[in-house]
Amino acid sequence: MNFQAVRAIYGFEMARWGRTLTQSVVSPVLSTSLYFVVFGTAIGSRIAEVDGIAYGAFIVPGLIMMMLLTESTTNSAFGIYFRRFTGTIYELLSAPVSAFEITLGYVGAAATKSVILGLIILATASLFVPIHIAHPFWMLAFLVLTAVTFSLFGFIIGVWADGFEKLQIVPMLFLMPLTFLGGTFYSIKMLPPFWQTIALFNPIVYLINGFRWSFYEISDVNVAVSLGMTLCFLSVCLVVIWWIFKTGYRLKP
Amino acid sequence: MQPIISVSDVSKTYATGHVALRTINLDIREGEIFALLGPNGAGKTTLIGIICGLINPSSGHITVAGHDIVRNYRTVRSMIGLVPQELSTEMFETVFATTAYTRGLFGKPKNSAFVEKVLRDLSLWDKKDSRIMALSGGMKRRVLIAKALVHEPRILFLDEPTAGVDVELRKDMWNVIRRLRDDGVTVILTTHYIEEAEEMADRIGVITKGELIVVQEKHELMRKLGKKQLVLELQKPLDAIPAALQKHALELAPTGTSLTFTYDTQAERTGITALLADMREAGIGFKDLATSQSSLEDIFVDLVRQSR
Ligand SMILES: Nc1ncnc2c1ncn2[C@@H]1O[C@H](COP(=O)(O)OP(=O)(O)OP(=O)(O)O)[C@@H](O)[C@H]1O
Ligand SMILES: [Mg+2]
Repeated sequence: MNFQAVRAIYGFEMARWGRTLTQSVVSPVLSTSLYFVVFGTAIGSRIAEVDGIAYGAFIVPGLIMMMLLTESTTNSAFGIYFRRFTGTIYELLSAPVSAFEITLGYVGAAATKSVILGLIILATASLFVPIHIAHPFWMLAFLVLTAVTFSLFGFIIGVWADGFEKLQIVPMLFLMPLTFLGGTFYSIKMLPPFWQTIALFNPIVYLINGFRWSFYEISDVNVAVSLGMTLCFLSVCLVVIWWIFKTGYRLKP
Repeated sequence: MQPIISVSDVSKTYATGHVALRTINLDIREGEIFALLGPNGAGKTTLIGIICGLINPSSGHITVAGHDIVRNYRTVRSMIGLVPQELSTEMFETVFATTAYTRGLFGKPKNSAFVEKVLRDLSLWDKKDSRIMALSGGMKRRVLIAKALVHEPRILFLDEPTAGVDVELRKDMWNVIRRLRDDGVTVILTTHYIEEAEEMADRIGVITKGELIVVQEKHELMRKLGKKQLVLELQKPLDAIPAALQKHALELAPTGTSLTFTYDTQAERTGITALLADMREAGIGFKDLATSQSSLEDIFVDLVRQSR
C-alpha cells in the first residue's frame, strides 16, 4: 500500500478546495439558505406540521441530502475530469499507485469536503429552526455513507464524461429531479397512491428518509431498507470503478 | 549484461484501427543515452507510453530490470521518470507544490531539501512560488523535468525535451542529461533535432511507420551509413559529364564548374585514384578539392526516404 501517494492525492485535492474555499462553501450554503427561506418560511406558514414535525424542521435533512448529493458528485467528477482535460492524468497513470489508492485519495477528499459542507449547512439551518437529532451516530453514518457513495458515483461520471457539458448534465438531469421528487420537501405519504408506488422506485427516497429518521425517527420507508439501498449503490459504484481501472476505460488508449 | 528495458514483440493498434506500432523488439542497456528518432507519427510517443503504463499494448510484453511492467507495476514505475511531449501541467499550483506532490505520488517520503536541489539544478528555484500557468513554455518544460526527477528514478524518458526551447536552455538541458548519465541514470529521448542525438546519444534507434528500422551505436551508424563526398572545382566549366568519366558516380553542378563524387568509406576501394587517373587522361583539370562527410541528419533522411 502506497500511503504516501494516497496522502499526496488527498492533500492536493484538499488544497485545491482550500484555494477556492469561499466559492465552494458560500454558494451551497447560500442556496440552501434560500431554499430554507422560501420553502421553510413561505410554505411552512401554510403547512404547519408533517408527521408531527414543524415543516421548517422537517425539510432540513432533505435539504442537506440534496446538497450532499450534488456537491459530492460534481466535486469528485470535476477533480478527475480536470486531470483528464489538462492531460496531467499521465502522471497518475505512470505512478506506482493502485486503482484503490487513486480512488481512496480522490473519493476520500471529495467525501470529506461534502461532509464538512453538510455539517456547515446543518449549523446554518439550526439558526432558523430548532433541530433535534435523535440518533447522532446514524445521522453521521448516513452523511458519510452518502458522501462516499456519491463521490464514487461522481468519479465514474468524471471518467466517463468527454466534455464539460456531460459533466453538468448528470447532476442537472438526474440528481436534481430525483431529489425534488424524492421527498425533500414533503412526505411521500402526501402523494396520491399511484405516485407513492412510483416514488418507491426512486433510490433517493430511501436516502432522504433514512437520514430524516436519524433526526426525527419518522420515515416513509423501512430504515433498514434505506441503509441496504445505500450500501447496494455503493457496491455498484465500486464494481464500476474496479472495471474502469482494469480495462483502462477512457483512461488508457 | 541484462538489459534494463526489454521490449518483446510489442505492437499497438489504436481503437481507430490505426496501426501505430508493428512488431517492436528493443533492448535498452543500463546507463546509456538512447535516442529514438523518427518522423511525425512514427510511433515514438506510443512506444514510450506503453513502457510507462499510459497505453495498453495490443500484444507483446516488456520487462524493466527483469520485472514485468504489468505484474510488478509498482517496482517498475517507481524506477521510471517520464517527461511527456505535451506540456501537461497543473495551472493553479505553485512549482514547489506540484513537484513535492509528484514525489509523494511515487511513494517517496517528504524531502524538501531534495525538491530544492532538483529545482535548483533546473534553475527553477527562484520560480518556486510562481503558479505554473504564469510560466513561459520553456519554464513549464523544466517543471515537467523536475517532476520526472524528483522521485530519483533510475530510468528517464524524455519525449522531445527540447521542443520549443531556446539555444541557451537546450545546452542547459544537455548538461542536465549528461549529469544524470554520470549518476548512472539510463536516458531514453526522442527528438527532431538530429544534432541533439548526434551530440548526446550513445545509441540510436530509427523508427518509421511503427517499425524500428535501425538500432545501432551512434559511431557505428555514422561510419557504416555515412557517405563521403569529394568536390572538385574545375578549371574549365563542362557542359556534360564526358563519356570517359560516365562509369564513376559523378554529379555535375548546374553551373558546370564543379564535379561531386560520392563514395562509400567502408568500401575496399573508394575509387578516387581511378577517377583522378581518368580525369587526367581526359584532360580535365581541377583547381581545388574538398571532402565532406554526411551528418547524422543526412543519414536519417536517407533511411526514412528508403523505407517509404
Ligand atoms: N489515441 C490515439 N488514437 C488513435 N490514433 C492515435 C492515438 N495516438 C496516436 N495515434 C496515431 O498513432 C501514430 C503514432 O503516434 P505517435 O504519437 O506515437 O507518433 P510520434 O512518433 O510520437 O510522432 P511525433 O513526432 O509527431 O510526436 C500517429 O499516426 C497517430 O496519429
Ligand atoms: Mg510524439
